[in-house]
Amino acid sequence: MTGLLETTAERRARRNRQPAPNDRPAWMGRQPRWATAARGVLLTAACLAVIVPFVAVVMTSLAPQRDISARGGLVLFTSEPSLAAYRAVLSGGVVTRALTVSVAVTAIGTLLSLACTIMLAYALSRPGSLMHKPILLMTLFTLLFNPGMIPMYLIVKQLGLIDNLAALILPVVVNAFNVIVMRSFFLELPDELTESAKLDGAGELRILTFIVLPLSKAVVAVVGLFYAVAYWNAFFSALLYLPSPEKWPLQLVLRTFVVNQTPLGTDELSASTESLPPQASIQMAILVMSVIPILIIYPFIQKHFSKGLLIGAVKG
Amino acid sequence: MSSGIKVRPRSGADPGAPAARETRVRGQLATRWHRDRVLLLLAIPGVVVLVVFHYLPLLGNVIAFQDYQPFLGISGSDFVGLSNFSVIFNGDPEFLNALVNTLIITMVQVLFVFPLPIALALVLNTMLNERAKRLTQSILYLPHFLSWVIVVALFQQMFGNGGMLNEWLRSADLGTFQIIGVPELFKLLITSQVIWKDTGWSTIIFLAALSKVDLNLYEAAAIDRAGPLRQLWHVTLPAIRPVIVLLLILRLGDSLTVGFEQILLQQGPVGAQASEVLDTYVYNNGIIGGNWGVSAAVGLVKGVVGVVLVLGANRLAHAMGERGVYSK
Repeated sequence: MTGLLETTAERRARRNRQPAPNDRPAWMGRQPRWATAARGVLLTAACLAVIVPFVAVVMTSLAPQRDISARGGLVLFTSEPSLAAYRAVLSGGVVTRALTVSVAVTAIGTLLSLACTIMLAYALSRPGSLMHKPILLMTLFTLLFNPGMIPMYLIVKQLGLIDNLAALILPVVVNAFNVIVMRSFFLELPDELTESAKLDGAGELRILTFIVLPLSKAVVAVVGLFYAVAYWNAFFSALLYLPSPEKWPLQLVLRTFVVNQTPLGTDELSASTESLPPQASIQMAILVMSVIPILIIYPFIQKHFSKGLLIGAVKG
Repeated sequence: MSSGIKVRPRSGADPGAPAARETRVRGQLATRWHRDRVLLLLAIPGVVVLVVFHYLPLLGNVIAFQDYQPFLGISGSDFVGLSNFSVIFNGDPEFLNALVNTLIITMVQVLFVFPLPIALALVLNTMLNERAKRLTQSILYLPHFLSWVIVVALFQQMFGNGGMLNEWLRSADLGTFQIIGVPELFKLLITSQVIWKDTGWSTIIFLAALSKVDLNLYEAAAIDRAGPLRQLWHVTLPAIRPVIVLLLILRLGDSLTVGFEQILLQQGPVGAQASEVLDTYVYNNGIIGGNWGVSAAVGLVKGVVGVVLVLGANRLAHAMGERGVYSK
């Protein structure tokens, strides 16, 4: 019955699933009870260690001054949540501007990175083509040797990119590791597909866009996530290359106003004269906003991890 | 040259196809150039970026041998031979301090942080409930995707003087427990941050290796009366040994690179004595302090040592009969 009703996606998922518990031989299911209990306690504790800080931060960002002063620092639960801190932070001013910069850099950077990576990985996935070997070696070599911070800074400066948002993107547009992961995935695709397309007269570009890419959504999603996270999280390159504070991305604002605890006033928030929400709430609101995009994308892409990444990684 | 429409099928053709065979007389290179021109064009943007931002900076390392003056530039600055390297060879105390801190942190991390993901992967691997396993993985992978700024901020909020832990202790009249901003505990602090951030994510590669272990081996072991621990020792661990060795080699290659952003963010309160590592030394001394040549020299030596370490560790692995990062 269910077999008839399942969609293509479900069928594919069923086929690709790791051996389910009942597929395992009977003798593997037997585990001493204490082992199960110990594992449960251990993993629950580990998960709580990840989740509790987030809950505390989100709750504090929503809490009124009364709760915060009652508890001193972070609150785990607030009875009257309010969005005042978010309103203050998003009303224009330092944080809003930084958010715009971060979103723009991440969006443009990720698209550019994906385009370059896909093209390079595809070119490298056709063995026997001209210059294939030297380009591959050249790409691999960059994984081995880090050119060093100072020469990197000098190159960026020489190119006139200091204080230019492009400095956050251009030096890291292509990451060799991601190229290799994507290339391995392309190499896994059956040759017959590309061969038959060639016989039908398709050129390389056509094969890439109409045959290879539609089959590679998993790896594109994962590599895209890696790039997006790298751009979103970039802190040091901004510190290094962007001297003027009005160009700062969110991570630098986070460092200044949360890690270094510099208080935010009406100047930074450009809020009206109404009373400011508690400082702790404002700080935690900035923290939450710097985490939220990752939390939103993560569940959608997480399911592709094993398929998209491991093909490349395990083969080394 | 014929019209574009006629050329297209030919460009995709195989070297053995008639169109290509005709031109072989004229020289293979031209043929292959023609056949692969689209692929080469596709590779260009990536190659350009790699050349400009990975290979040109390698050349930029010449300033390690110069008395570099920013306003004179690389071409205008004087060459001074190896004098920039004297801080390294004469054992300048600040440099030595950074080196010692780096080595201590690396040692602690290889001994205590490296085995954790393996242990966690082994525990996760024994979970039979697939759904619970996947949920646990999703939660434990997450911190890897947070920036160091966020991780440091979270730790401050949890363990700082006015943080959650200390508020609890205070309300329970247990005094306070200072961990952030204490030089003696700095290495412990950054190690625990590394554990929190990346242990979960690092399991991913071990789990993949574990999923490839042949289940029949366990059955055979069970028939031979091997208990869970013996199965672990004789089946599971040997099966994932190549992956462990591979990652250990890569980790050793990064021996001189330890948590740059993480440490830079937290240097303020604890001071350089406890927290300076080679990367922060290069940044503080070079870009902030203006000692360009000396810092570039330190960076260059660090890079070279890193490569030597990877190659050396890999050779050692080959000698011990492992596959290593690349095969011979």
